[in-house]
Amino acid sequence: MKFVEQLGAKALAAVETLGDYLCFVGTILYWTFRGPGRFARRQLLLQMFDIGTLSIPVVMITGAFIGAVLAIEALPQFQSIGLAGRIGSVINISVVKQIGPVLTAVMLAGRVGGALTAELGTMRVTEQIDALRAMATDPTRALAVPRFVACLIMTPVLTVFSDVLGMAGGWVMAVKVNAVDNAEYWLHTREALDLYTINTGFIKAFFFGAAIASIACYKGFKCGPGAQGVGRACTESFVLSFITILVMNFFVAVLMNALAPSGGGMF
Amino acid sequence: MQSCLIRLVDLRKSFGRNVVLDGLNLDIHDHESVVILGPSGTGKSVLLKHIVGILRPDSGQVFFRNQRIDNLSERNLEPIRKRFGFLFQGAALFDSLNVLENIAFPLREHTDHNDSQIRAIVADKLAMVGLSGTESKMPADLSGGMKKRVALARAIALDPEVVLYDEPTTGLDPIRSDVINELILKLNDELHVTSIIVTHDMTSAFKVADRMVMLSRGKVIAEGPPNAIRTNPNPEVQNFVLGKASPEDLEALHRNK
Ligand SMILES: Nc1ncnc2c1ncn2[C@@H]1O[C@H](COP(=O)(O)OP(=O)(O)O)[C@@H](O)[C@H]1O
Ligand SMILES: [Mg+2]
Repeated sequence: MKFVEQLGAKALAAVETLGDYLCFVGTILYWTFRGPGRFARRQLLLQMFDIGTLSIPVVMITGAFIGAVLAIEALPQFQSIGLAGRIGSVINISVVKQIGPVLTAVMLAGRVGGALTAELGTMRVTEQIDALRAMATDPTRALAVPRFVACLIMTPVLTVFSDVLGMAGGWVMAVKVNAVDNAEYWLHTREALDLYTINTGFIKAFFFGAAIASIACYKGFKCGPGAQGVGRACTESFVLSFITILVMNFFVAVLMNALAPSGGGMF
Repeated sequence: MQSCLIRLVDLRKSFGRNVVLDGLNLDIHDHESVVILGPSGTGKSVLLKHIVGILRPDSGQVFFRNQRIDNLSERNLEPIRKRFGFLFQGAALFDSLNVLENIAFPLREHTDHNDSQIRAIVADKLAMVGLSGTESKMPADLSGGMKKRVALARAIALDPEVVLYDEPTTGLDPIRSDVINELILKLNDELHVTSIIVTHDMTSAFKVADRMVMLSRGKVIAEGPPNAIRTNPNPEVQNFVLGKASPEDLEALHRNK
């Protein structure tokens, strides 16, 4: 009986937290459209630089190596059935639809999500968030909105960097190193990589950006006391964003495939 | 019911099992300067936070100009909070912003002043706390006392009607402390600000107080003009005013030797 009781209490708490989080996201969206004020607008560019520009190298390096490894692992299979040229479509679809957005989001969850939670958590612990409230300022409006909008804009942009380098990495390994015919490689790529596929990648990136920023800010605002509280909030923020990204990736993939115009390959 | 600026009625607040406010009543009138005394950890900071709704009571009421505010939503509290200045015990400066931007923050949020007007106001407030020319310093580069004074400049940036000071002179040398005391008096005299000052600094307390309130175990145990507090017969009050440890405190010390 005790066990059931505890389970029930846990479930209730989880539902309550989820509700609270969704309210938080609602507040962010409300202020994003109402206009978050002068301070938040000034912060936006800074945040875009912090979140976006500084993440470019990481995202490019990881993208390039994943594209390359994909090529060398898949190529023997395709060569054995005499369809080496087809590898172009496989690599590029994988990169644009899955690897680019997911890898970028995961890197951002670690690099940016952790930093956002630590920053806002420290602000909470040192009463800076209370100071904002005492100055008649909604912390969600002044702090969360610019970070959220910056993530929303920069995640798709960073995905482009990851995609381009992923495609380049795959192409180098397939065409330059393993002598796949260049014309055939691009022919198959062009057949497979339609606008719908490309948009799928960007729509994912957009949602991932929203999830990372909102989870990171939420965890920062709800941070427990002391340095320990900040540390715990950062860990929770990363794990939660990571899970959310992968689960979201699955559902967006199912949805986008169902909506695809011409049956659009189940890759 | 005599009209008063702030009225706290039977305020109770606990954190878990820790009872901090235990049926506290307090009235604060327009333009007066009230010093709140009490040992560390009695809930003086918690009390100040209830006045602007940063903390909500478990029971009891907070009134501001006869309007009940403890049950207002955050959004409905904003117009009231704009009329307050709050100096936090730990300064609570935004550490990603320099001194200028910290003090400019409430001005950017709540006024239409342009950049040069804001700069002028910031320079003026910094001069009042004796820190002219520190605009470009970051909070991490300031001493504790300087942070406190920047935070005070930020708290008075919007020319509030009421200023809540949480230990304004802690960590300052005696001369700086006196500058802050003079500033509190000046705001009261010239701008007719109402001040609520939490302090352990008895020199400062006697200099700025129109009225003193002593808290202990979540209640008001003594209240009155400074002279009445100085001569209050309650030994707890006497020990605090004279800065003497009580016999019980000393006994514990000797027992542990
Ligand atoms: N946010 C909080 N959560 C839990 N306990 C708190 C919180 N704020 C204050 N307390 C507790 O309330 C008591 C009074 O604290 P405080 O008001 O800061 O004392 P002081 O009179 O020294 O300013 C302390 O025991 C403190 O631990
Ligand atoms: Mg305190």
